[in-house]
Amino acid sequence: MSAVVSPIREPLITGSKTYHDITEDICGPTERAPGLLWTIAMALSVAGLATFAFSVFWTVYFGIGTWDLNRTIGWGWDITNFVWWIGIGHAGTLISAILLLFRQKWRTGVNRAAEAMTIFAVICAGQFPLIHMGRIWLAFFIFPYPNTRGPLWVNFNSPLLWDVFAISTYFTVSILFWYTGLVPDFATMRDRSTGMRRKIYNFLSFGWTGSAKHWQRFESLSLILAGLATPLVLSVHTIVSFDFATSVIPGWHTTIFPPYFVAGAIFSGFAMVLTLMLIARKVLHLEDYITLEHIESMNKVILLTGSIVGTAYLTELFISWYSGYIYEQFAFFNRALGPYWWSYFGMMACNVLSPQIFWFKKYRRSIFVTFFMSIFINIGMWFERFVIIATTLARDYLPSSWSYYVPTWVEIGIFVGSMGLFFVLFLLFTRVAPVVAIAEVKSILKTSGDQYKGKNAMPHHHAHDDHGHH
Amino acid sequence: MSQNKSKEVLFGLYDDETDLMDAIRVANKEHLEIDEVFTPFPVHGLDHLLHFEESRLHIAGFVYGAMGTLTAFLFMSWVFTRDWPIIFGGKPYWSVPAFIPITFELTVLFCAIGMVVSYYTVNGLAPGVTIPTLHDRITDDKFCIAFNTNGASAQDIGNMKDFLSKTGASLIDSKVV
Repeated sequence: MSAVVSPIREPLITGSKTYHDITEDICGPTERAPGLLWTIAMALSVAGLATFAFSVFWTVYFGIGTWDLNRTIGWGWDITNFVWWIGIGHAGTLISAILLLFRQKWRTGVNRAAEAMTIFAVICAGQFPLIHMGRIWLAFFIFPYPNTRGPLWVNFNSPLLWDVFAISTYFTVSILFWYTGLVPDFATMRDRSTGMRRKIYNFLSFGWTGSAKHWQRFESLSLILAGLATPLVLSVHTIVSFDFATSVIPGWHTTIFPPYFVAGAIFSGFAMVLTLMLIARKVLHLEDYITLEHIESMNKVILLTGSIVGTAYLTELFISWYSGYIYEQFAFFNRALGPYWWSYFGMMACNVLSPQIFWFKKYRRSIFVTFFMSIFINIGMWFERFVIIATTLARDYLPSSWSYYVPTWVEIGIFVGSMGLFFVLFLLFTRVAPVVAIAEVKSILKTSGDQYKGKNAMPHHHAHDDHGHH
Repeated sequence: MSQNKSKEVLFGLYDDETDLMDAIRVANKEHLEIDEVFTPFPVHGLDHLLHFEESRLHIAGFVYGAMGTLTAFLFMSWVFTRDWPIIFGGKPYWSVPAFIPITFELTVLFCAIGMVVSYYTVNGLAPGVTIPTLHDRITDDKFCIAFNTNGASAQDIGNMKDFLSKTGASLIDSKVV
């Protein structure tokens, strides 16, 4: 191989794997009956999904009055959850697209699951604006289609409409990118199976053969899709931040929002990837493919983006004071010391202080610390959105309309239930598709397998020494 | 790729991509005409050895993207200046900066969908398509060189077999596909 890899890089595939071992290890879990852990997790997730369905039914049947939102606080958990989920949905495309452009080989171990996570998170995110509309059966009004009301078009100047386009484009492109990578791996699964299973995977693999010309086009397509997805992923959360930044509410009307939201999205997305991958590598025995090196790399991204987010929080505070604008000053005073002070301190502790532990290599490579940190960050990033939305709305220009808001069981049910939806989709994915991109991992074996590099490397090792001919 | 008439194929499987690349170099030197090469993953440098032209997908992608740009921008301009002009917040009807986000998104959307559809179309791949494979391990860990032996003389076939065995193919077989 002509690819150059720095000698100080650690191996990314351990256990002296051959190409065939990789196929076995990654296809294997989908060919066996699910284990007890999977079944328990699925049962819990289905319970969550049922909660979601029931709470949504309740909302649609009785109206969003069941959420106890009020005249002052018009956005509560719904938009908080929307922004939280859409933020989580940023890591997959970042890993698969931006890291592909940067030629980061560690991406290959986690990109498949991260992209799946992205798609499922965007599905969860999409539920909230739809439910929030109240009359969900009229949701198609958000699309510009020729209609009998004039035609009266949607407002193309509104950031809420930009959101519709950004999120539906992001969802479509993510699915196309993900599925294009899955096709060769489905072919691998097809060629290992018989009977009905073979028929299903034959359908899913589109008749992939592994022809060199197809691979050449595959690589060309992947590169361009990555080039497209890179600005796209940055645009999506930028546009989400415009929902707030283009308003004239003190605390929302800030130009720092787009970069701050994008950094926060990557931060929370990586945290969720880590939460999922730490469990998946254990349950599916993928420790040789998702190594401590992968985890450390992701923790470095978390440290970087967490620090960017922290800097943004402090910049906001400074600018609100420096602006000399009393409403802005009050908005930030209120965030930190107002009725929702606890969410502000939760956010600061989880997002700014706790990730600083990752300055130490020992903790970056600790699975235990990483897992707890990933949960902290998920919580902290939820608080961040709650702080921005509910805290800001609770104290508006008119003291007579100041208000406080507590979610009802319906809103809590929708949020907790949306995690059920997410995990049902993710658990199904681990059963039917390879959780690690098989072909991509094989393509880095010669440069990043531990029998070829690192301290265990064997001189002149050949992959075909390890197994018999067939 | 998808031809209706059946094709006789002689193929050899190699265990490693370096063996495959070496074999292709030998074939190029001996002017043997390789019909197709199959690999379980994209092998770096294979397209140069096989003298493939650069893929033109990116040109198609640019065209699709430009169509998206024009569709979005012209449509919004038409709606807000001709079809139903409305003043929003005292801004001009033709408020170009506000059109940029949607224009960008549709550029990406058209480009991605167009390129993916083109990619599957030129590859002849689609849901439900079945292309007979030469060996089940080609999508696992074997690297395959295939010769088309339709109308080839016995001597030609002999040469191909000699080539496959001397370059280290671990399995040599023929198949009608």
